[in-house]
Amino acid sequence: MTDTMTDTMTVSATETKLTAKDFVSDQEVRWCPGCGDYAILKAVQRTLADVEAKTENTVFVSGIGCASRFPYYMKTYGFHGIHGRAPSIATGIKLANPDLDVWVVSGDGDALSIGGNHFVHLLRRNVDVQFLLFNNEIYGLTKGQFSPTSRVGTRSPSTPHGSIENPLSATLVALGSGAHFVARGVDSAQKQLIATLTRAHAFKGTSFVEIFQNCIVFNDGIFSAFTAKDKAPDKQIYVEHGKPLLFGKDHTQGLRIKPGTLSLEAVVIGEQGITKDDVLLHNETDRALAALLADMNGDTLPIAIGVLYCKPGHIFEVEIRKMVQREISETTNSLNDVLRAGHTWTVPKEPE
Amino acid sequence: MPESSPNVAVVTPSRVTSSRDTPSRQTLESAVVRFSGDSGDGMQITGGQFMLATAVAQNNLSTFPDYPSEIRAPIGTTFGVSAFQINFGSRVIKTAGDNFDVLVAMNPAALKVELNGLKPGGIILLDTGSFQDRNIHRANYATDPRTDGSLDAYRVIELDISKLTLDAVAGLGLSKEKGLSKKEALRCKNFWALGFVYWMFDRLRTPTVNWLKTKFAKRPEIADANIAALNAGHALAETMEVSDGLNSFSVAKAPNIEPGVYRTITGAEAMAWGLAVGAKLADLRLVFCSYPITPASPVLHALSNMVEHDIVTFQAEDEIAAICAAIGASYAGSLGVTSSSGPGIALKGEALGLAVSTEQPLVVINTQRAGPSTGLPTKTEQSDLLQALYGRNGECPLVVIAARAPGDCFNVAIEASKIATKYMTPVMVLSDGYIGNASEPWLIPDIDQLEKFPINLHKEGEYFDSTLRDEVTLARPWAIPGTPNLEHHIGGLEKSYETGEISSDPENHQKMTDIRAAKINGVVRDIPDQHVESGAASGKLVIVGWGSTYGPISRAVNNLQEAGVDVSHVHVRHIWPLPQNLGDLLAGFEHILVPEMNSGQFVKVLRDQYLLDAKGLNKMTGQPFKIVELENAIRAHLEAAK
Ligand SMILES: Cc1ncc(C[n+]2csc(CCOP(=O)(O)OP(=O)(O)O)c2C)c(N)n1
Ligand code: SF4
Ligand SMILES: [Mg+2]
Repeated sequence: MTDTMTDTMTVSATETKLTAKDFVSDQEVRWCPGCGDYAILKAVQRTLADVEAKTENTVFVSGIGCASRFPYYMKTYGFHGIHGRAPSIATGIKLANPDLDVWVVSGDGDALSIGGNHFVHLLRRNVDVQFLLFNNEIYGLTKGQFSPTSRVGTRSPSTPHGSIENPLSATLVALGSGAHFVARGVDSAQKQLIATLTRAHAFKGTSFVEIFQNCIVFNDGIFSAFTAKDKAPDKQIYVEHGKPLLFGKDHTQGLRIKPGTLSLEAVVIGEQGITKDDVLLHNETDRALAALLADMNGDTLPIAIGVLYCKPGHIFEVEIRKMVQREISETTNSLNDVLRAGHTWTVPKEPE
Repeated sequence: MPESSPNVAVVTPSRVTSSRDTPSRQTLESAVVRFSGDSGDGMQITGGQFMLATAVAQNNLSTFPDYPSEIRAPIGTTFGVSAFQINFGSRVIKTAGDNFDVLVAMNPAALKVELNGLKPGGIILLDTGSFQDRNIHRANYATDPRTDGSLDAYRVIELDISKLTLDAVAGLGLSKEKGLSKKEALRCKNFWALGFVYWMFDRLRTPTVNWLKTKFAKRPEIADANIAALNAGHALAETMEVSDGLNSFSVAKAPNIEPGVYRTITGAEAMAWGLAVGAKLADLRLVFCSYPITPASPVLHALSNMVEHDIVTFQAEDEIAAICAAIGASYAGSLGVTSSSGPGIALKGEALGLAVSTEQPLVVINTQRAGPSTGLPTKTEQSDLLQALYGRNGECPLVVIAARAPGDCFNVAIEASKIATKYMTPVMVLSDGYIGNASEPWLIPDIDQLEKFPINLHKEGEYFDSTLRDEVTLARPWAIPGTPNLEHHIGGLEKSYETGEISSDPENHQKMTDIRAAKINGVVRDIPDQHVESGAASGKLVIVGWGSTYGPISRAVNNLQEAGVDVSHVHVRHIWPLPQNLGDLLAGFEHILVPEMNSGQFVKVLRDQYLLDAKGLNKMTGQPFKIVELENAIRAHLEAAK
């Protein structure tokens, strides 16, 4: 349970510019040593400094779980809610004050199990918050039960014979819910994670970021098939808008639409007459492509990391505010008038 | 209306004389009329119009819309019957009336359902046009009730209202060229019946005519058709004679009505307006979050139609989301409110605990309905009192207030907003399906004259510690996001009394538990002492009520007092904390009787709090208490106590 924050994160350019350290709270961090959450915390603090966020304008909202302890460690406003309900609390905050910069931090159980309903509707409404889902494919806080993202066969205290349920894909659920920004990151890949978080922060609307997070205690190495240093190049593809979908050491592999199908396939440049021109360009505004990328499971096709989908849409609380403002500007009615609208009658004073 | 000897006079139009003499009207102190028909017959509108006309006549009144939970039950069935009851008079009216003097039955099913509520000798206006065999059987009558003697005890006016309506509308020559279908013309029959009843009670037609013209401004032919039906019904009544079984009545203006501008108001409207006004008086934006549920939804609808007063309404995906959004809104500096009925309140339980733990101002409205689970959605009960007080995990105290009548919802909503913001606590407001839907005349207050209670948000630069409590109220400071230098953490984990950060220290938990309880108990400072509604302040018997039983209890007690019975009435609005003097007050009576529409919830609380031998009088039929039921029960209680 030690704080692994290092002191070397950033140097402030001016007196007033905040550094990552300025976002570090005085609370002792209670995650297990080596937990992936530390790296995400570091990346978020760094991102906030980079985007010149203000501590007083920033609110972290969470549910319950290891991940949901996150707000305590931020020197910003923080609301540690109840299990699964952070999206609703965040929605209420934005309805009250659309100018606040709100981040929701959630786990795979918190967001997809008990809070699945709210998760879906937050995305559908496109409330302007950053939604970070720390996916460790396990219930960390309650000591390691399988979660809705756990793979079939996961042995856990509640599934000693291996889990039977099929896992769901957080990104596909997000896309299906009408999310306008869907991205992925890996806890340990700081540079990419910060770049993705920066994009998420800049996006107006719900920016959903699934972060593969290692639970060193209950599910250690569950993502190593594509996050281990030696595996990552071949098993991960970092997607960037407008750039070819290349991966592998030296970017010798690429993705293309398999001829005659509506699915992707991996090709090797230089083999069987394949050139770089055959490789698809990433178009983050293409939802069908985003779904294909989200569906790649690291088996025959690499796991997609980065911004899979980004297409702005109308924002819930902004539209509400507009509607309220329009109605306010179009009326001269006071509340007293409301009470007196419709049929009224007067009882006169009786002469004494 | 006095009961008169049974006598059946079957009237058909052919027997109507052409006499235009106005029969002398019989004066009544009060009367009860019930309009009943199929769900599609427009009985709620008919009743609502009669209510307006009665308000204009300056009678006191109280209404009870009684409609089925099915949106469109099969036509002609007993479970598709929709009714609207109104009690009006020149004296103080406290309930919608036990039994009715006049029943308007638009079909056999309505007759079947309502007949046992009609006083012996009461008047029935029947639409014979709907008494085909098919409808009679659908209403589960083995034989035609008009001919088998089952109506012998009443005065029956049988008219083919359906045909008379078609004739009246046909007279306009509208049907073909203006595209008014026969179906649409037939739909005017409720206004025909209304016109008839208007004549019986000498009500003005003008407000209804105006209402129709506005309502159907885009289809004037429909307005015209309904007006023609209204006038035709009125005209036919005028031509009938007492010998035809038709009496006409006059109900004088109610004296001693406080002067001022009045309107009719339902509990749901009053609640919505009270919340809007409460937020204004606190100088906060209202953020109202709800998930539709009968009978609570009308509050959501009313506020959604008031956004021009800087009100945000949010229809959440479920009740949990609704309360959590309200909590988030309060956290960010608005007045967060959530509203539901029992099943939805059950879902909000965990989040209520969050609001208690994080000490957020929050108003929670429970428009109670009957039964466990889904129960009887459109019927009324008071069975969520213990849920409001105790229905949460952990020691989780909050404030509970109950509205006693439709108009009272306005005051209660304002008081809840005030306490919630002053004490930084959730306040649960208990209403119920009866007062939510019922309406009564309401003296419209001038909002500008109401006392403001602006909240003190913590400001930039001030010393801040999230546990810095007000010395008197014990309320924590309200420091909203966006304020520099007040960044802090808040949450449902136990927090340190000293720092506001999480703490699992045993002594601290004891202290925080005590503080949360003391804060709520301290709300008693803002609660007036309990007064006696009527009767002596001590004596033989006190009837203790809360919530919507106010009307029937106070009428029953008044009646008994007039008959010389030593009985007092105490009506409790502040359910938690209870008024400071309540225990002493009740101890001054030999007997305490607590009528409730539940199996004895408030009586439990009173026995628990004051170790008094209070007895329950309980009813769970989904219907409000009848005055006579209460009178009988009180007499029986006194008899048994002898
Ligand atoms: C209403 C409710 N039910 C259950 C729990 C217990 N609980 C706390 S966290 C958790 C699962 C957390 O898993 P996840 O969201 O994946 O977060 P992680 O701990 O893995 O970061 C559960 C079941 C709770 N706190 N509240
Ligand atoms: S249990 Fe797992 S997720 Fe939770 S803090 Fe420990 S390592 Fe991290
Ligand atoms: Mg997890």
